[in-house]
Amino acid sequence: MSAPSVAVEPREHYLNVDYGIRSWLLTTDHKRIGILYMISITVMFFIGGFFATLIRLNLMTPAGDLVSADTYNKLFTMHGIVMVFFFLIPSVPAVIGNFVLPMMVGARDMAFPKINLLSWYMYVIGAAITLYSIIVGGVDTGWTFYTPFSTTYSNTYVFSSIVGILFAGFSSIFTGLNFIATIHKLRAPGLTWRRMQLFLWSNYATAVIMILGTPVVAIALILVAVERVWHIGIFNPALGGDPVLFQHLFWFYSHPAVYVMVLPAMGVISELVTTFSRKRIFGYEFVAAASIAIAVFGFLVWGHHMFVAGISIYSALLFSIMSYLVAIPSAVKVFNWTATLYKGAISYRTPMLYAFGFIGLFTMGGLTGLFVAALGVDIHVTDTYFVVAHFHYIMVGGTVMAYLGAIHYWWPKMFGRMYPEGWAKLSAGIIFIGFNVTFFPQFLLGYLGMPRRYHAYASEFQVLNVMSTAGASILAVGYLLPLIYLIWSLRYGEIAPANPWGSTGLEWQTTSPPPTHNFEETPTVTEEAYSYDKHPEMEFVA
Amino acid sequence: MSHSTEAGAVTHPALQTPYRDLDQQRETATLGMFVFLLTELMMFGGLFCAYLVYRTLYFPSFLEASRHMDLTIGAVNTAVLICSSLTMALGVQAAQQGRGKTVVPYMVVTLLFGCAFLGLKAVEYYHHWHAHEVPGFGFEFTSSVPGVDVGKVQLFFVLYFIMTGLHALHMLIGIGLVTWITICASKGRYTRAYHNPVENVGLYWHFVDLVWIYLFPLLYLISRMHL
Amino acid sequence: MTEHVVPKKIYIAVWATLLLMTLVTTLVAFVDLGRFNTVVALAIATFKASLVVLFFMGAKYAPRLTRVAIICGIFFLALLLAFSMVDYLSRLWPA
Repeated sequence: MSAPSVAVEPREHYLNVDYGIRSWLLTTDHKRIGILYMISITVMFFIGGFFATLIRLNLMTPAGDLVSADTYNKLFTMHGIVMVFFFLIPSVPAVIGNFVLPMMVGARDMAFPKINLLSWYMYVIGAAITLYSIIVGGVDTGWTFYTPFSTTYSNTYVFSSIVGILFAGFSSIFTGLNFIATIHKLRAPGLTWRRMQLFLWSNYATAVIMILGTPVVAIALILVAVERVWHIGIFNPALGGDPVLFQHLFWFYSHPAVYVMVLPAMGVISELVTTFSRKRIFGYEFVAAASIAIAVFGFLVWGHHMFVAGISIYSALLFSIMSYLVAIPSAVKVFNWTATLYKGAISYRTPMLYAFGFIGLFTMGGLTGLFVAALGVDIHVTDTYFVVAHFHYIMVGGTVMAYLGAIHYWWPKMFGRMYPEGWAKLSAGIIFIGFNVTFFPQFLLGYLGMPRRYHAYASEFQVLNVMSTAGASILAVGYLLPLIYLIWSLRYGEIAPANPWGSTGLEWQTTSPPPTHNFEETPTVTEEAYSYDKHPEMEFVA
Repeated sequence: MSHSTEAGAVTHPALQTPYRDLDQQRETATLGMFVFLLTELMMFGGLFCAYLVYRTLYFPSFLEASRHMDLTIGAVNTAVLICSSLTMALGVQAAQQGRGKTVVPYMVVTLLFGCAFLGLKAVEYYHHWHAHEVPGFGFEFTSSVPGVDVGKVQLFFVLYFIMTGLHALHMLIGIGLVTWITICASKGRYTRAYHNPVENVGLYWHFVDLVWIYLFPLLYLISRMHL
Repeated sequence: MTEHVVPKKIYIAVWATLLLMTLVTTLVAFVDLGRFNTVVALAIATFKASLVVLFFMGAKYAPRLTRVAIICGIFFLALLLAFSMVDYLSRLWPA
């Protein structure tokens, strides 16, 4: 483990080794590919956020008269498609994972660097096709594309939207393929599975889900596209087809997909909690095993999205029980992070603030998941704002916070610059407040009966809706600030030392920014992860 | 191509970043191909799920529809693919044993079998089209067998065309891959030290054969009992 | 080189078995076994598939990781089929 070094920008590193657009667009360096992804998903995040803004503006009044009902349907559909497929799923894995994972295993690059680049191009093509679909008229089926509306009755750009999503799916599969191969085959000498940082365990589990789940939604959407184009298909009730079969195939992936969205975020939290409390993780094996358990159990619960769709009550009971089981490993992680904090030397830097935010908000989101997993409760709250609030607590309160925490934490590693701590803390605070003001009222709205995906609502719900919209405007400010100060810091930020956080992570044992080949010599790992107790000399230098 | 060993060692031109030696590269690439084939398994699996559901629900209609499949072409095609898998396996073996140039005739024969499969499939599709058995293109079906419903028979044919169509598309891609291997092999690219692409294309080819091994009985052999 | 090269005669034996089983499964379809027609057809197909995976694809001699990956794939596919069928088979059960 290296001692903290003086803050000098290294002479040659992956950013300045080559200049020009070709050196970026034809790169096979996993770090540059991570940056390319970062730019792309930031663009998509703000596009998805734009749709969210219009949704919340429309919902300020009960009559919902900002946009027509048809337009509103397109807004929530496109918000969902862009946020799910083009932001949440790639965010931590494709940006942070691509950048950091090879370094964490002590390798020079991913197992398949060209496939890594291909995965980014798949993403960009998918995003372009999706944006095309939006610009020429949009799609209004919901991101869930339920049949027979999507196959037969919708008059919008369903086919091209599906093609865009299929490209994003391929991007995801190639990313997962690289993660699995890299972790299995390219670990540095001495890096056993038990010594791996937990971010690696989480991303490994994520990759397994990407490999096994994505192809099923791909075929489900291909079947919808085929039925739409040739007017023949297997979901058409007139022929004896079952629309619910589409839902089985769709949710077989889309439920595990939410674990694709949250597992890497949990991996980030494990890194942040240990670094910023200078402590080993409590119960390493349990946290690692919990990642695998979440991936496996996550495949057993998809029917809980279909409780009121017409599946058999016995099948619903099975899925409900499974849904309770899948909460257990997530709870284990929350307990273990909390126990790690106990008697730790806690530092309240921005990444840690985001970690705290995640732990609290993810717990709330997860607990409300138990409410909807109960059949009796779900009958009442399904398709209401209760569900909307539940998943936004996890996706936004959880994943987005973890993503922002990760960006701040690894920013010095990526760019050799520190972000401005004051502004960063302020933004984190604004985001936390804005988030809760936006989404907590939605639990109440849902419980009181306001349906989701409705452009208008009963007037007694207006106060809570206005509060939610006000929260959304605060949240928007919170998200815009990092965009500004992070870009500012690239030029004017304080130059970062190699390891500003004094972290024991393998990625921090090389310069910041790293050279293209990551390490001057392949490292040899001799200790378990997070061995802060053995290295009191490691400390913050930022 | 950059090399990843410490300075001074002689490296094989096919060695890529980030590998320390060809063995590690080969093992990783083979693992990668198996993981990729898992995605293919799940994709076809979704179609098999749909097939399983509807066959269970609508057995009489599926049974009747299956009788309209061309058993001769189906059985011959199955044999063709099995032969192509043999020649592919023998070609891979030649590469493994350092007989790089012998790979070429094995690959060419594999290609011929593959093209024969697609040719027979095209003939079969044409027959179906002629008999108005292609959904969406003037589908007509009459049957006096009790329990048989035209809509459900059409479901069978939709699944038949999509499943065999997706399979045929994979065959086409396989033919492209085998052609690429043939060209590289004819240039002497494959040696005992480096021949992993041949192995991995072989894995892909065998997988596509595997899918057909299940498609054949499920689509063609529900029952051929003489009534 | 650590890879295992399979003797040619094993490939030929596998090939011959596959062709034979194709013939068998085709002929069995002409016999009335009731519900067992499906069982036999799938059993034969699975046997053929196993030969292809184990020998042609080399899984028999492959490292354990490869075999684990294959088992995982089969397991999760089985899950998709099984849990979907639980729904369809139990829809008409008395509530």
